[in-house]
Amino acid sequence: MIEARNIDKTFGEHHVLKNVSCNFDKGKTNLIIGQSGSGKTVLMKCLVGLFEVDQGTVMYNNRNFTRMNFEQRKTLRREIGMLFQGGALFDSMNVEQNVMFPLNMFTNQLLEEKRERVNFVLNRVNLENVNRLMPSELSGGMRKRVAIARAIAMNPQYLFCDEPNSGLDPQTSGVIDHLIQEITLEYNITTIVNTHDMNSVLSIGDSVAFIYKGELWWQGDKETILDTENPELNEFVFGTELTSRLKK
Amino acid sequence: MLKVFTSIGNYVMLMRRVFTHPQKRGIFWDQMLTEVNNLGLESLGIVAFISMFMGAVVAIQTAYNIDSPLIPMSMVGFTVRQSVILEFSPTVISLILAGKVGSRIASEIGTMRVTEQIDALEIMGVNSANYLIFPKIIASMLINPVLIVFSMWLGILGGWGAMTATGLVSTNDYVQGLRIDFEGYTIFYALTKTVFFAFIIASVSGFYGYITRGGALEVGQASTKAVVFSSVIIILFNLVLTQLLLT
Repeated sequence: MIEARNIDKTFGEHHVLKNVSCNFDKGKTNLIIGQSGSGKTVLMKCLVGLFEVDQGTVMYNNRNFTRMNFEQRKTLRREIGMLFQGGALFDSMNVEQNVMFPLNMFTNQLLEEKRERVNFVLNRVNLENVNRLMPSELSGGMRKRVAIARAIAMNPQYLFCDEPNSGLDPQTSGVIDHLIQEITLEYNITTIVNTHDMNSVLSIGDSVAFIYKGELWWQGDKETILDTENPELNEFVFGTELTSRLKK
Repeated sequence: MLKVFTSIGNYVMLMRRVFTHPQKRGIFWDQMLTEVNNLGLESLGIVAFISMFMGAVVAIQTAYNIDSPLIPMSMVGFTVRQSVILEFSPTVISLILAGKVGSRIASEIGTMRVTEQIDALEIMGVNSANYLIFPKIIASMLINPVLIVFSMWLGILGGWGAMTATGLVSTNDYVQGLRIDFEGYTIFYALTKTVFFAFIIASVSGFYGYITRGGALEVGQASTKAVVFSSVIIILFNLVLTQLLLT
């Protein structure tokens, strides 16, 4: 479980996160939703320590992440897997080398064992015969799946996904969403997903936190989100032509 | 002025993270050998081309300026040797490498920064500064002296080639000039400078790449800054090291 308590973050005079507190449960797909610029990516980067919080604490299973030094954070981060918006695959490495990278860095496994693990996780994300391809030779959806494979290669306890569906067609988005949910349940990990895709919310949103102008505006799940009276959330949920027509 | 001190402070702090034990020695050695190839061996062509022609030009200019019968033509070989070993190879070639290698390092690391590859390393628990910059610094400090010795040799050869082709100075005179008052210490001086300059090129360029924020435009700016500041620092340190080592 990850707890964010009273998180505050400013960039210059821009107050991006204002006293945000929320819990992200183990074995669930926890979604952070909000409009572009609402502060959800900043919140995620504060949770993993890529941004330092101005105030507040981040707890990983009662371990105070904000108070950890560089070495302690390095150790904890081996329990974290993260899927970045663009995949963030290493350009100079092929698919196999990308997925094998954390195994090379942190394990003493034999090459055959590492290959076996790489093939297992690539299979898990439904990718076959791509080991020798370079990231530039992959489609957007394949890059995301390789990034997921790399993120789960070390059996993480926590999985962070920053807008996993950005730039993908609705069908591929659905595949990625279900993959994330399956992995969460299969490995019983704490998964946090940043998204503004309502399809994702309605299909995998075990827990949903709505961030509005840097504040936690609403918390619930995929079952309750459509019935809320919150006007800002309603505007977000029914903001597209499709959802507004369905509502009518 | 405050910006300069802030940058120096940030540079020192980054170097503290760079100079730590690599996570895995095997991976470090692999990367270092790759960088020896990328930063050193791939620069052989440009170093060879410039060195040959500069040696030839120095020889022709010296021969052209010797119009007194009291000055022996062997002075051409002597002048080429001294200028190539003392200044041209270690400093000018280092400045050229600052352009070629520095921009490569800054743009490579800068692109990794803006495409979140460095964030991905950090999230995995890898010390990204050490992983990305340390092998480049060590590789540069090892391979640049080799390049500079190669440059010295080609510079002197270029001078001889020009003299032979134009017939201005005989081979005997040229070789005699090369041997006049030769001191091995000049080679030590040149290589000491080279190692310092190699450190400056790799670390300053790595720093500007690492602190890049934004997109393609900022990567370009980081690359330019890396070349400009590496060159300026090389020029400043050239004066300091010359004063320290030659007086």
